Amino acid sequence: MTVTEAVRTKQEAPVARKRKPRFVTWAGEYGWRHLVAIAVLVFGLVPIVYVISAAFNPNGTLSSTSLLPTGLSLGNFEKLFTDPNVPFGQWFLNSLMIAVPAAFISIFISSLAAYAFSRFRFKARRPMLLFLLLIQMFPAFLAVVALYLIFGSIGEFYPAAGLNTKLGLMLVYMGGALGVSTWLMKGFFDTIPKELDEAATIDGASHAQIFFGMILPLAAPIIAISGILAFVGTMNDFILASLFLTDRPEMTLAVGLKTLTAENSPASYFGIFAAGTLLTSILTVAVFMSLQRYIVSGLTGGAVKG
Amino acid sequence: MRATAASLIIKIAVLAVVAALAVWAALPLITAEAWWGLALEAAIVAVLFYVYLQRRAIQLKYLIPGTLLLIAFQILPVILTVGTSFSNYGDGHRVDKEQATEAIIAAGVQQTPDGATYLVAVGESSSGELTLLLTDTADGSTWAGTEEGLSELNDAAVDPSGRVTAAPGYTVWDLAELNERQAELTDLAVPTGPDTGIKLQGLSAFEGESTRSYDEECDCITDFATGTVWYADNENGRFVAEDGEAALVGWRVNIGAENYLDVLTDPDIRGPFLGVFTWNVMFAAGSVLFTFAIGLGTAMALNKPSMRGTKIYRTIMILPYAMPSFAMLLVWAQMFNRDFGLINELFNLNVNWYGGTWSARAMVLIANTWLGWPYMFLISLGALQALPSDSLEAAKIDGATGVTAFRTITLPLLLIALTPLLISSFAFNFNNFNAIELLSGGNPFMAGDAVGGTDLLITYAFRQAFGASSADYGFASAISVFIFLIVATISAFMFRFTRNQEDVYS
Repeated sequence: MTVTEAVRTKQEAPVARKRKPRFVTWAGEYGWRHLVAIAVLVFGLVPIVYVISAAFNPNGTLSSTSLLPTGLSLGNFEKLFTDPNVPFGQWFLNSLMIAVPAAFISIFISSLAAYAFSRFRFKARRPMLLFLLLIQMFPAFLAVVALYLIFGSIGEFYPAAGLNTKLGLMLVYMGGALGVSTWLMKGFFDTIPKELDEAATIDGASHAQIFFGMILPLAAPIIAISGILAFVGTMNDFILASLFLTDRPEMTLAVGLKTLTAENSPASYFGIFAAGTLLTSILTVAVFMSLQRYIVSGLTGGAVKG
Repeated sequence: MRATAASLIIKIAVLAVVAALAVWAALPLITAEAWWGLALEAAIVAVLFYVYLQRRAIQLKYLIPGTLLLIAFQILPVILTVGTSFSNYGDGHRVDKEQATEAIIAAGVQQTPDGATYLVAVGESSSGELTLLLTDTADGSTWAGTEEGLSELNDAAVDPSGRVTAAPGYTVWDLAELNERQAELTDLAVPTGPDTGIKLQGLSAFEGESTRSYDEECDCITDFATGTVWYADNENGRFVAEDGEAALVGWRVNIGAENYLDVLTDPDIRGPFLGVFTWNVMFAAGSVLFTFAIGLGTAMALNKPSMRGTKIYRTIMILPYAMPSFAMLLVWAQMFNRDFGLINELFNLNVNWYGGTWSARAMVLIANTWLGWPYMFLISLGALQALPSDSLEAAKIDGATGVTAFRTITLPLLLIALTPLLISSFAFNFNNFNAIELLSGGNPFMAGDAVGGTDLLITYAFRQAFGASSADYGFASAISVFIFLIVATISAFMFRFTRNQEDVYS
């Protein structure tokens, strides 16, 4: 509190106290805010508490799960790694093996393009930027039939990158993340003063040295955000993954966990599913919490989580 | 600009890798004699080498990797989708006319005494094509047969009797699946010559001579044993007998705008389609409205620096946003379970949420609101804190307080800043495949309807192409193009709002 504010409160406070009791003032000023916040929090937390309760429920069935935990057992977590019908570890690994390289490569390629758009002036620059903006509005899965056919024929020549392969799916994800991240990064690169480039050029640095040695390190926050958004978007994708990966051990988390809640799965799989959900969310929640600050600025820059 | 030794080495190394990859990629194309593919590959490699060896247009060196990836996995699929939408591609229309003719002839095969016999397993190729995995009973060699023809099958695993149990590139059906999908196998025959073929009989097959033959003169197929004549219907890509019945195998033709016209004119499609479209708009608009209302309300409540605990509230409020959305959608689906779900238990209800159209729609909107409001909260809070304080103060001096100030000053200012984000959120939800597929799967389905009460256009299109019933890629693509057009209109709209903010014109 600054001095002026302190003085003002001292002057105003007695006046307010004369008219209304202290609690009423507090309620009018802050009380309703807390009420709104708590009401919204209840809505927000119910499903999360429910998942936790289900994950530690010893029976594991939906019918025996209630909002608050009734028992405490690690049985569901144990089954997650021992039940041969639930290769959770493998699914987790598959998801990471697809999402991490896809995020890395697409972010690297986008940063190259963003550098060109930010620092060079060339003829087709504006149309290309507009085109990128448009194409990012068409999510890759809208062309899902075409992708299916394309990868069907790619698979005939290169079985390693066809349908039912991780590499094929990775390629699609890489293409899908380009538009958004290029725009996000270009916006950030524009805020790095061009005078820095000029100084480096005078010192004899080539364009590649400027990009790798200067721009990339300076843009680390936005690169982290774009990478995280691409990574989370890939982890959450269901439509392409369900189409591409049909063999049980090859599935990603999204496709695999869905099979656990399917109608023909045993009822006790619900607990295992909840345990799997909890383990998955530890990863994503940790990522979000550690980067909270950047994520807010990235969001206002126009990214939608997929 | 002088290239240093290190950068030169890196450049040479990268180009060497490109060249090595190119050779690796060329080999299968050469074996398959796919000359178009080879020419395309050579062109790409040439472009890459040119771009990285020239020194004038430096920006190209940074743009080319992204451009290639974008063309291959975004632009090409879009073009192909448009192309497919003008065709009848789908089950029954997968092959070209010649192959369809051969397949129909092969279906009329009668066993000849000295013809080969085979043990049969059924598999699906990676592109979903039904394939007979054949083992020659004479010499034990293995073959893969489709309606296109017979090809040798290498590296197949066989059981003691010689039947194929696994083969690279194929998903082999087990007995349960064989029972379930037997109907799809009737009339599947493998052409081996102009009028010979392999025909299925139980779990074995035989090669023989066909009683059918194709006559170019009348463009028809005649079955000499039964006297049936099928005439080619080149417009629709099928052979039709005189009694109006079409042969099961047709071919792929361009049918013009028929897929689109069907939507407008066919009453069986138009009715449900309009329903889906209306609900699709309602779902997207409702999602944006509810998430924004809750998000903004919460942001207004917490936008008070002197309030205690805002930081804790904020941190917890991000939680729903940070949870993996696919998993939480599945959790919500279970929470709405009629018998054991949490919602019915908490509120002491007995609603069959998936049973009625409107209850299912309410359910989908509730769950989707839960997923989306933290995002709206974050962006609203950001925008609120960035509001110019002088306009608010001016309003206060003029006597505007509370609701009036909010309605006339705060909200308009907020909307200016947030409209692009709201529109992109609308576009995102318009195609929110996950929300529908993982929550309701399109349920409820009324008897005999192909369209569910909560289906969006995208889930509807997906089911047309990959659902349990026969695949209709052409129609599914037409719906995709339709969605493209809507989203494009939205993008154009959005662009008008963002153009002032972005550095496009500099």
